[in-house]
Amino acid sequence: MAVCIAVIAKENYPLYIRSTPTENELKFHYMVHTSLDVVDEKISAMGKALVDQRELYLGLLYPTEDYKVYGYVTNSKVKFVMVVDSSNTALRDNEIRSMFRKLHNSYTDVMCNPFYNPGDRIQSSGSVSLSRAFDNMVTSMMIQVC
Amino acid sequence: MEGLTLSDAEQKYYSDLFSYCDIESTKKVVVNGRVLELFRAAQLPNDVVLQIMELCGATRLGYFGRSQFYIALKLVAVAQSGFPLRVESINTVKDLPLPRFVASKNEQESRHAASYSSDSENQGSYSGVIPPPPGRGQVKKGSVSHDTVQARTSADAQEPASPVVSPQQSPPTSPHTWRKHSRHPSGGNSERPLAGPGPFWSPFGEAQSGSSAGDAVWSGHSPPPPQENWDQTTVRTVASATTAIEIRRQSSSYDDPWKITDEQRQYYVNQFKTIQPDLNGFIPGSAAKEFFTKSKLPILELSHIWELSDFDKDGALTLDEFCAAFHLVVARKNGYDLPEKLPESLMPKLIDLEDSADVGDQPGEVGYSGSPAEAPPSKSPSMPSLNQTWPELNQSSEQWETFSERSSSSQTLTQFDSNIAPADPDTAIVHPVPIRMTPSKIHMQEMELKRTGSDHTNPTSPLLVKPSDLSEENKINSSVKFASGNTVADGYSSSDSFTSDPEQIGSNVTRQRSHSGTSPDNTAPPPPPPRPQPSHSRSSSLDMNRTFTVTTGQQQAGVVAHPPAVPPRPQPSQAPGPAVHRPVDADGLITHTSTSPQQIPEQPNFADFSQFEVFAASNVNEEQDDEAEKHPEVLPAEKASDPANSLRVAKADSKTEEKTAASAPTNVSKGTAPLAPPPKPVRRRLKSEDELRPEVDEHTQKTGVLAAVLASQPSIPRSVGKDKKAIQASIRRNKETNTVLARLNSELQQQLKDVLEERISLEVQLEQLRPFSHL
Repeated sequence: MAVCIAVIAKENYPLYIRSTPTENELKFHYMVHTSLDVVDEKISAMGKALVDQRELYLGLLYPTEDYKVYGYVTNSKVKFVMVVDSSNTALRDNEIRSMFRKLHNSYTDVMCNPFYNPGDRIQSSGSVSLSRAFDNMVTSMMIQVC
Repeated sequence: MEGLTLSDAEQKYYSDLFSYCDIESTKKVVVNGRVLELFRAAQLPNDVVLQIMELCGATRLGYFGRSQFYIALKLVAVAQSGFPLRVESINTVKDLPLPRFVASKNEQESRHAASYSSDSENQGSYSGVIPPPPGRGQVKKGSVSHDTVQARTSADAQEPASPVVSPQQSPPTSPHTWRKHSRHPSGGNSERPLAGPGPFWSPFGEAQSGSSAGDAVWSGHSPPPPQENWDQTTVRTVASATTAIEIRRQSSSYDDPWKITDEQRQYYVNQFKTIQPDLNGFIPGSAAKEFFTKSKLPILELSHIWELSDFDKDGALTLDEFCAAFHLVVARKNGYDLPEKLPESLMPKLIDLEDSADVGDQPGEVGYSGSPAEAPPSKSPSMPSLNQTWPELNQSSEQWETFSERSSSSQTLTQFDSNIAPADPDTAIVHPVPIRMTPSKIHMQEMELKRTGSDHTNPTSPLLVKPSDLSEENKINSSVKFASGNTVADGYSSSDSFTSDPEQIGSNVTRQRSHSGTSPDNTAPPPPPPRPQPSHSRSSSLDMNRTFTVTTGQQQAGVVAHPPAVPPRPQPSQAPGPAVHRPVDADGLITHTSTSPQQIPEQPNFADFSQFEVFAASNVNEEQDDEAEKHPEVLPAEKASDPANSLRVAKADSKTEEKTAASAPTNVSKGTAPLAPPPKPVRRRLKSEDELRPEVDEHTQKTGVLAAVLASQPSIPRSVGKDKKAIQASIRRNKETNTVLARLNSELQQQLKDVLEERISLEVQLEQLRPFSHL
């Protein structure tokens, strides 16, 4: 279960970021921001001509003592960053991959909505939300905090 | 009993109620069920009710005469207003609001109450309102009286007490007819605002009458009115304000609130045609966006509607989806809250979608919270209103197509990681195999091996492409990747253990399996079933078994010990190679020991083997399939081959392919014809004969020669028993081969040391250049 999930646009501004509310959320925002550097490095390291071959799942970006940060980038340079609690040792790489896959699918669903302008924040407001399904999916992936 | 003075409204109300309760029209109401229900509907405590009944004298009489009934009603009003129940209060309490009766069973009563109240509320707006226009075919007795009452009361200046509104609000408990009661206050208050949608709404009340629609909000046509299941008077609102009753009527017109009537559907279809003439086609998202934006709903709501209605998530609306979206917009316009999930009746009918539909899971809902990727278009179990089959069938097929497209796309999206090797390794693994971002050396080797093997076996094109990339990547990331890919490499090595691959194909498949399933587990996949393919002498896989079986008593004995240490390398394309290199490899090239026969044999002893070139050339074609035994003679031939090639091959084993260039010159200096192999392709073309072939024909020749020579060897022992001369000749040959191999061995060892040194230096450089190591 992730502790924080963020969707970052191509221009490196956040489209969606959500953390478990128990912690100081700013810390997660900061971690996500710093992980962007790693993401960029990984993208560039993959090679200029290898965009097709580049795998979307970036893997563990960097670990801290409490958390591990995983990254995923789409072909349109939209990045998904997930912060996972390090104590959650049962979380395997494949599970992270599947979580990213679900994220990606939900994101494409949001994009398919013609009323969503690419580049807008994926936000829910009031009773109706542009991204209700997206929110629900993210909620299901976040740590269930009582 | 004192006289009861009733106001006009009360008079009418009471008489109406009396007539309602007076089932038998006997002018006196027995304490029957209706009366009791009425009193129950008054929401008064039982004792109060009893008190009322006592006061009015019904208990005395045993029945409710008209006066008693009126008194009782008045007392109910008194009680509801909070005044103490006394007979005197009947007349003393001024401006008593009408008794409120929760419409438990009798809609009419509450309707009456509501109508009265609404009428009293909306006096101004109703001044011109006439009893509902004709067309009330289904009008019940109550509604008739209601209408008349309405007519009567419309002129009354009633006390628009707010409590009167409550009947409108209380009915939410009642069945669907009162579903919209939350709107009644709004209906009363916002009638002006509703004037816009009013005309739009009005046709809704005409479903049963079948009267044509009025005006729509944005299209100029009103959608066919929703179906009214109960005895709603079909009201054709006169342009302006819709009465609360009408609103109520119309609101309850959704009997299943989301059912689309035929007229509505026809209207939607017409609208669809204006955008997309082909009824089986799609409305693209942008066009739909414009269209629905005209409805002036907030964007968020529109996007929510879209989320609900775009069933297959393809960014376009089919006819069914469009109708559902339109219906939702209409509903929203009229104040209905949007559902969380698509109502059952609005789900597009997808007839053909058997396989992917999770019909059981979501009987009537779109699984938005579920897996959006799959988006199973569950078949709507009940679509009574969508009776047209023609659009459905076509749409279903189209929806199915779109869905399949989407599903395929989503699957390609989602499954790029889940390429679990099929149980049957013979099936070509054509789905995209995830490329390790950090290909390790072993990984790359496997890729090469696979690639080479795939040349003969599986058309795994992605694999074919990968090695080149990997070769390039390796340069940059080799050290890091190696570290990171260790786990995988272990998996690879374990799974691709040389010993477990008796055949080339098997090894390929094994590697493929491990490659595809590398991420999750490092368990070695079961040895693949042997493939009925001819072994390729130069193919990547090394037929170890064959090598071992033949190696008895030969130099290849050393080879036996070697393979376990050798990581899953693409088997040397040249059969002779392995045998030769085994001894060399056993020296210590762990993962990199280039088992490729070609490579190591390509030692700097070029000058010695030029003579073998001819021989090699002659035998190339014949012996290419042989392995192992061809080593000795072929080795020299191979040695004579391009040093670069040899180095390249050697390098392919090692992580540091860059050294190829470095060592190439060194080899060149030894006097062989340098073949300037680019390190990258070198790394990539592991040792497969196929790769090297285009680069160095010479090399191939040499390898062929080696193979040929080695092939000739096995025959020798066999003939031992036959001919002494043959034995001696063979002994001589073996000795020559021995010397050659020994020399080769020494040279290779020297080369190995050089390569290792270079590798270490490169690693150091890499570390310096890449301080940020990925953990």
